[in-house]
Amino acid sequence: MLSGIYSLFAAAIFVELDAVDVAFTEASVGAGISTMLMLGTLALTTRLEKIPTYMPILPLLVVVATGAALIYGTLDMPRFGDPNAPIHQHVVPRYIEDMPKEIGVPNVVTAVLASYRGYDTLGEVTVIFTAGIGVLVLLGGGRRERPGGRRAGGRGGPS
Amino acid sequence: MELVQGLYNYWIAMILMMAGFYVVISRGNLIKKIVGLNIFQTSVFLLYISMGAVEGGTAPILEEGLTRFSNPLPHVLILTAIVVGVATTALGLALIVRINEAYGTVEEEEIHAQDEPA
Repeated sequence: MLSGIYSLFAAAIFVELDAVDVAFTEASVGAGISTMLMLGTLALTTRLEKIPTYMPILPLLVVVATGAALIYGTLDMPRFGDPNAPIHQHVVPRYIEDMPKEIGVPNVVTAVLASYRGYDTLGEVTVIFTAGIGVLVLLGGGRRERPGGRRAGGRGGPS
Repeated sequence: MELVQGLYNYWIAMILMMAGFYVVISRGNLIKKIVGLNIFQTSVFLLYISMGAVEGGTAPILEEGLTRFSNPLPHVLILTAIVVGVATTALGLALIVRINEAYGTVEEEEIHAQDEPA
């Protein structure tokens, strides 16, 4: 439940950062499908977590050290919202200038996704297909009876 | 002060990332680990999207009278990443369901304990 709320909240942040397409996807895929998958897994396994008996000091140290290193690494990054950041200087101005006559779709994200970076999207579909096959093999094909175990019901793939 | 105003977006992403990382390495429950991975993932999304944001820009949809847009390229990459992320999450959760069938538990320690005598 919380993870669904978390995803919706992330979608709201993306809207605020002018990334409407990403927000749509996050809201539908992240908050919708992900939450459903999570709830399904919880229903098929168990809702109770074993409380750890020790205090996780070592993970805490590792996390703090890594976080400090990463934050140190951000110190010479371009400032937030800076229009002169290197990321805005290359490729994108050309997309925005030539896109209307080359593709003719008002939404730049759609044009880049479907046309300029079409192979990227093809690769994405390949990954989803592979993951879907993996899920089906792991769950749908499991018709073997296991002693002491439960059989998984037929659950659809993610795509 | 200028540092905080200019860099807080990265820092929020880093804090989220470390929260996810902490959940992944400190929890023995496999489902919790997946949740941690999801948080980690969202932090990377946030990092990319906030890099693409421009002061005073609008969403990258061409319209008369608008000249300054946020960078569409990170948006495209993250769209792909979100969908791939859900696919990998589904695969991980399927593995957990399978592990639960085989071992009757989703706790890492109990799984190791069951494996040891063999």
